[in-house]
Amino acid sequence: MTRKAVWRALFGVIAWAMMPGATASAVPAAAKQITIGAMSIVPLQLTVKAGETVEWINKDVVDHTTTEKNAKIWNVSIAPGKSATVVMKKAGSFEYYCRYHPNMVARIVVTAPGRK
Amino acid sequence: MRVRLGLIAGAACVAVMPAMAQHSKPNDAQIAHIAYTAGALDVEAGKQALAITRNPEIREFAEQMVRDHSAVNEQALALVKKLKVTPEDNATSKALAAQAAARRAELARLSGAAFDKAYVANEIAFHKTVNGALETTLIPSASNPELKSLLQAGLKLFEGHQLHAEHTAKATN
Repeated sequence: MTRKAVWRALFGVIAWAMMPGATASAVPAAAKQITIGAMSIVPLQLTVKAGETVEWINKDVVDHTTTEKNAKIWNVSIAPGKSATVVMKKAGSFEYYCRYHPNMVARIVVTAPGRK
Repeated sequence: MRVRLGLIAGAACVAVMPAMAQHSKPNDAQIAHIAYTAGALDVEAGKQALAITRNPEIREFAEQMVRDHSAVNEQALALVKKLKVTPEDNATSKALAAQAAARRAELARLSGAAFDKAYVANEIAFHKTVNGALETTLIPSASNPELKSLLQAGLKLFEGHQLHAEHTAKATN
């Protein structure tokens, strides 16, 4: 490949990347969000479909975790100002809490795909 | 030993209460000082624990205390600066500091499992005392809404710490 051809190919890639929506396919479907702020979890109960992603946003100045209570199906730390995501694979009703502040408790209900 | 530790923790609560009773309606500058002092004392307690304990659960708890109370105290300092309030030393802050110094001295004589149990027992007692003060005196007395809101979030945080300390006590028994 000549130098000119290389530049042409590179320009093509850059132009494609700059097209609106060109990267949309790389972005996963919107996650259902849960906010942690002033030591409270909002909403306290969230219903999602199996396969959907849940995102916890930590607006507090302290670390939190999202930890499934019974079998620790998920257990993720969330630093202040950061967020964490978990894909809900299994249908069921799951209570979770913050391991550092066990008075912070909430629930996620995961329905089977196709069900409301 | 357990009886002795219970007495130390109980004595700490009893000694701080009269100071709060005498100043049943502290002003915002005093409230800010009490809340900041309580946080700073627990940071010191956490650092002492980290220097002594080898128990991973106690270490995790102590690290969290240092991290959480430092973060909240930074937030409190930023708020008092914004509100142009100068924290004012008072009898309750002094009582808290004196009791904490006595407890640190007691704990410094211990090591191993004895230290771990004593540290967690003190953490439970300390958070109970501070939570009681926040609920019954500090939050109702705070006049600035931002300070009141910070104290309310602080109460939820400290209640979480108390519960975590209780879980840690059970897990390390």
